[in-house]
Amino acid sequence: MDFGFKLSPSSAVNLDTVDLARFDKLTSLVPDALTCIGCGSCSATCTAAPWSGMSVRKVLLGLQRGRDEEVDKMLSACMLCGKCTMVCPRGINTRHLILTLCRLNQKGEVVR
Amino acid sequence: MRERFADAFHPFVLPFLVGIFFVLGYCLVGMIRVIAQLPKADRKRFLLTLITPKYIWMNVRDIFLNCLIHVKLWKRNKVLGYMHSSIAFGWFMLIVLGHLEVMLFVPHRIRFFYYPIFFNYFVAETEQTLPGSLLMFLMDFFLLIVLSGITLAIIKRFASRIVGMRRTTRLSLFDRIGLYSLWAIFPLRLLAESFTAHISGGSFLTIPMNWVFRQFLGNDLHELPTWWAYSIALCVFMCVLPFTRYMHIPAEMLLIPMRNAGIRIRHPRKGFASLEVYSCPSCGVCIDACPMSVRKANCKDATVYLNRMLRRGNERRIEEISDKCLLCGKCTAVCQVGVQGPELRVAQRARRKYALSPDFSEINVRPMASAVASGAGGKSGGVLYFAGCMTQLTPSIRRATTSLLDKAGVRWQMMDPDGGLCCGRPLMMAGRTDQARQLIAKNLEIIRASGCDTLLLSCPICYKVFREEYALDDVRVVHHSVFFQELIASGRLQMQREDELRLVWHDPCELGRGCGIYEEPRQALAAVGELVEAGKHHAESICCGGSLGSLTLSYEQRQPMTQNALDNLTLANPGTIVTGCPLCLATFVRAADRPVRDLAEVLDEHC
Repeated sequence: MDFGFKLSPSSAVNLDTVDLARFDKLTSLVPDALTCIGCGSCSATCTAAPWSGMSVRKVLLGLQRGRDEEVDKMLSACMLCGKCTMVCPRGINTRHLILTLCRLNQKGEVVR
Repeated sequence: MRERFADAFHPFVLPFLVGIFFVLGYCLVGMIRVIAQLPKADRKRFLLTLITPKYIWMNVRDIFLNCLIHVKLWKRNKVLGYMHSSIAFGWFMLIVLGHLEVMLFVPHRIRFFYYPIFFNYFVAETEQTLPGSLLMFLMDFFLLIVLSGITLAIIKRFASRIVGMRRTTRLSLFDRIGLYSLWAIFPLRLLAESFTAHISGGSFLTIPMNWVFRQFLGNDLHELPTWWAYSIALCVFMCVLPFTRYMHIPAEMLLIPMRNAGIRIRHPRKGFASLEVYSCPSCGVCIDACPMSVRKANCKDATVYLNRMLRRGNERRIEEISDKCLLCGKCTAVCQVGVQGPELRVAQRARRKYALSPDFSEINVRPMASAVASGAGGKSGGVLYFAGCMTQLTPSIRRATTSLLDKAGVRWQMMDPDGGLCCGRPLMMAGRTDQARQLIAKNLEIIRASGCDTLLLSCPICYKVFREEYALDDVRVVHHSVFFQELIASGRLQMQREDELRLVWHDPCELGRGCGIYEEPRQALAAVGELVEAGKHHAESICCGGSLGSLTLSYEQRQPMTQNALDNLTLANPGTIVTGCPLCLATFVRAADRPVRDLAEVLDEHC
């Protein structure tokens, strides 16, 4: 039956199958990550956003929704310029957050 | 002048011999290790300078002035300067004169290591010749100088405020043993030489003391134990020296030639870096200087503690200290040895392993390159203005800068009108050099395509990396403070001076200590108003606390630092705080009780 619209199965998120190991480790190392209100200031100012879609807000969201590939792609575009830190209304040290995340593997372990 | 003993030996010299051979052996092995750990090119360069006359002269001069006379310390604090140079130079002269005595009177004994040190015990009737009495006089004189230094050192230990230090380091156990043995050496030497003065001879210090002691000590039984004690104190000092802060004495003598040769830190633990770590005298000047130590916070994260942790191999603390630092470079500016704390930290950050590394090789900069190539800067020179990330965030600076360029009639165009790539400096500070190099290559492509002859920057963070890491041979890289000062000086920008305007200039870390630009912005400001100075300024200016250098400091931790920097800036009660860094500006604006402006904005208003 055609309703004129349909649910796209590819973008549906099944939260039961999401592995939150990386996000949990991140919040234990950088508790400030939990204070994000998703305002999008970081997305608006990001230097890398025009060519990569980088956004700290989306990184945090993606981690909780198991969108690991998208997260990794965004993280590998960050130039650490610090604009997101400057504008964050919650005062989150986003550079510390990003660098910490880069140190974690997919299982949420700090690589040595 | 005659020798007292035919065999020229007494068992009390043994402790001294043990100590001297241990410390010399240790330093020799250490020196060979450090040189062997240098990268091959660096090693060759260093060894070459050791046989180049110009460098030999430089090395001898610097070692004499810094290690013995402590010139830098004199400039900073006269009392501390006297204390250090009296002990170092006095002791050096005692050793040199001791050898001179032996060479003059008993040249066949010069091969005994201990003979010049215990000369007074082994000889008699030295003052009966003119050179003998002169040398004895000099020996007493320099011993007195050293003793005065030791006295100051003891006073300083119990009341450091008298010599002007607020906070100092906590000594480790070995440091304490070294310190007390060092204190003991010279009074014991004085006693030992005084007790023997009626046999060996002496001068204005030892002979009267000998006379006084002989009035109530009826015999010579105390003479040998004192010589034993002197020798043992020397032995203890030299045996613990490699494990104490006094290791800076031998380490600095190798550090100075290496620094003169232009060797840089490439690894946080090996080669030159280990030399810097061992050269740290643990004086703690960097604790008071560190902008993080405001309100007694983060005192244990100063460079002196990084050096201590690197020596102890405490990995957890090394990482913590390395990541926290603002990299403002003030510790190096105040350090008497010039230990490069920020460079040590960056080298440490560069060793870190990451599961995920950014990759910028895919970025297509051709549209940006072709945009600047067809722009007003054109192929025939002109100014290319790179605003950079931070200036994009503070558009008032960008507007003021471009407005000034127009007023001066400069042919210019923007490199990043719609936002560009980062300059690479933040990545460099985070120790991710390879990724920074990718960005540098991309930016170079754009700059080359523009055909400009001047690259103008309004952000000192960008300025430093463009100046140091970009291969822009025929393009002049210039910070806007310098560029506008030149335009004012040449009359292309006419300033209207406003006499009631009181301005204070904040030296951004990257511009001042980082690039050595202090005077141009001040001259430019003097053209528009009255310039007043902050409490600490020039090389000792205080970081705004917003630095990208720190990876872990939170906003809450940075706030007191910003407040402290503002308090320092407003000491002379200026109307406006002026800076040349968009990051400093954005940081100050949040906390300041008066207007904070960029230099370009102030100039634009009065033009």
